[in-house]
Amino acid sequence: MKKCEHCSKPAVLHITELQDGSVEAHHLCESCAKEYLTQNSEPESVEVESSLSIDESDDSETSEAVPQEQPPCPNCGITFKEFRSLGRLGCAHDYSHFREELTRLIENIHSEVQHVGKVPKRQPDASRQQFDLIRLKLQLKEAIDEENYEKAAGLRDQIRQVELELRSSSPAT
Amino acid sequence: MNLDVLTQRSGEWLRGTGPEADIVISSRIRLARNLAEFPFVNRASDAVRAQIEDFLRERIEKLQGRRPLTYLRTSDLEPLDRQFLVERQLISREHAEDHGQCGVGVSSEENVSLMVNEEDHLRMQVLRSGMDLDAAWAEINEIDDLMEQEVAYAFDSQFGYLTACPTNVGTGIRVSVMLHLPALVATKEIQKVFQALQKIGLAVRGLYGEGSQAMGDFYQISNQVTLGKSEIDIMKSIKDVVAQILGYERRVRTALVKENRQALHDQVSRAFGILQNAQTISSEETMHLLSSVRMGVNLGLIDDVEIPTVNELFIQTQPAHLQKLRHQKLESAERNIARAAYIRQRLAENNPHTSA
Repeated sequence: MKKCEHCSKPAVLHITELQDGSVEAHHLCESCAKEYLTQNSEPESVEVESSLSIDESDDSETSEAVPQEQPPCPNCGITFKEFRSLGRLGCAHDYSHFREELTRLIENIHSEVQHVGKVPKRQPDASRQQFDLIRLKLQLKEAIDEENYEKAAGLRDQIRQVELELRSSSPAT
Repeated sequence: MNLDVLTQRSGEWLRGTGPEADIVISSRIRLARNLAEFPFVNRASDAVRAQIEDFLRERIEKLQGRRPLTYLRTSDLEPLDRQFLVERQLISREHAEDHGQCGVGVSSEENVSLMVNEEDHLRMQVLRSGMDLDAAWAEINEIDDLMEQEVAYAFDSQFGYLTACPTNVGTGIRVSVMLHLPALVATKEIQKVFQALQKIGLAVRGLYGEGSQAMGDFYQISNQVTLGKSEIDIMKSIKDVVAQILGYERRVRTALVKENRQALHDQVSRAFGILQNAQTISSEETMHLLSSVRMGVNLGLIDDVEIPTVNELFIQTQPAHLQKLRHQKLESAERNIARAAYIRQRLAENNPHTSA
C-alpha cells in the first residue's frame, strides 16, 4: 500500500488538484488529509520548501538541479519524488514530462543520453530519419577523425539528403 | 501445456550442445518493451493489468514466429508451479511473485519465453545452449519485429524503448551468458575476474539472476548499460569478455590437471561417488558436487555420465522440481531424501554397468 506523503501511515485519500490547468496528486493518511483539506491553500508551499531543503543538504547531486518540485505527470499522476522513492516510473509519458531530470539520471546510469540501435519500424518516418541523421553524423565525425575524407564527403551528401527529406516531410519547420 | 510433462524432460538450452558448451551453459537475450497506450505495470490498477494481459495474450497466441507458443496465465497457477517455471528459467522470480493478472508464452523447446506484466508489459527472452548469442539475437529480433506489427511500443527518439526503470531504457536489452567456472573458483582467481568485469560495467550474477547466490560455480555475465550503445555493440562487449574468461578458465583447468592430476581425479571421483550413493543430500551440496563432476567429465577424468545428464540434474534437483516429480508437497528434510534417491536413479540409468 502507498504511504502517506507527509508521514509513514498508509495513504487512504488520493486527492487530485486541478488548478489553472495544472494537475497535482496527493496521497495522504486520514489525519494528514484533514489537515491538508482545512488549510489547503498557502501553508503547503512552505512545507514543500522545508522538506526540499533537507533533501538538498544530503543529496548534493540534485540540489542545484531541482530548485523546485516539478508538477506530477498529467498522464499517470506520479511525481518525480515518488519515482525516486519507488525506482519505477508510472508511464511512458514520464520520460517527456521529466525529461530534464531523467536526462541527468540516465547520464549517471548509462554515461550516455541518446539511444542508438534498434528503432521500431512502425515509428513515423520522421523519427527514423532523425535516427539516421544521428548515426550519419556520428559516422561523419569518425571519418573525419580517421582523415578518411572520401568517406566523409559521401556521408555529408547522405546527411544533406536526409535533412532535405525531413524538411519536406514536416513543412512546419 | 501440461507442466507435469515438462518435469520428465529438460529445456533445449540445457542439452549441453552449441559452441564452448564445456564452459558456456547458455546464452540468453532479453528485450524489455512497453505498450504506448497503457501505464507501466506498477502504476496499473488490477483492471488495467487485466486489460494489458488480455491484449498481449491474444497477440502472443496468434504470433506467427518460427515456433508456436503456448500461453500460460501464471497468475492462475499454484505457487509451486510458478516456482517450477522459475527453476526452468522460463519466468523470473519477480514475475512469479507478482500480484495481479500476468502470464507467459513459452515454446515447446523452452527456449523462447514472452512474459506479460513483469516489471515491463512485455519481457521477451530467447535462450540457447552454449555460446550462441548471434542466433539468440536473430530469433529475438524477429519476434520483436512480429510483435511490433501488432502493437505500438512506447518509444522516444532520445531515450529509445521506454521502460518502467531507467536502468533498462534505450535498447531494453539484457545479454547474458551463463558460465561454469569451477577451476577459477577453486583457485580463487575468480575474484580478479569480478574486479575486471566491474571496471568495464558488466554485471555478474548467480544461476537465478539478480540477488541469487552463485551456486554450483555458475555465473551469469550480463550488460548493465542499455542506452547509447547498439544491440550489436553490447553483444560484442559480452562476447569479447567471455572469450577471455573461457581462455582463463581453460588455462587454470589445464594447470590443475598438470600440477596434480591425481588429487583432482580423486576429488571429482569422490564427488561422483557421493552423488551415486548418498541417501540424503541438500541442494547446496548437490550443486557443489555436480559442479566437480561436470568439470571431471569435461576433463576426461569421469566417463560414466554424460554432460546433458549433469546439466539436467542441476535443474531437476531444485525444490519445486522434486515436488512435481513426487506429486506432493515435501518439507526440506523430505526433499533431501527425495533428491538423493532421484540422483541415484538418474546416475544408475545413465550407466548400466554400475546399476544393481
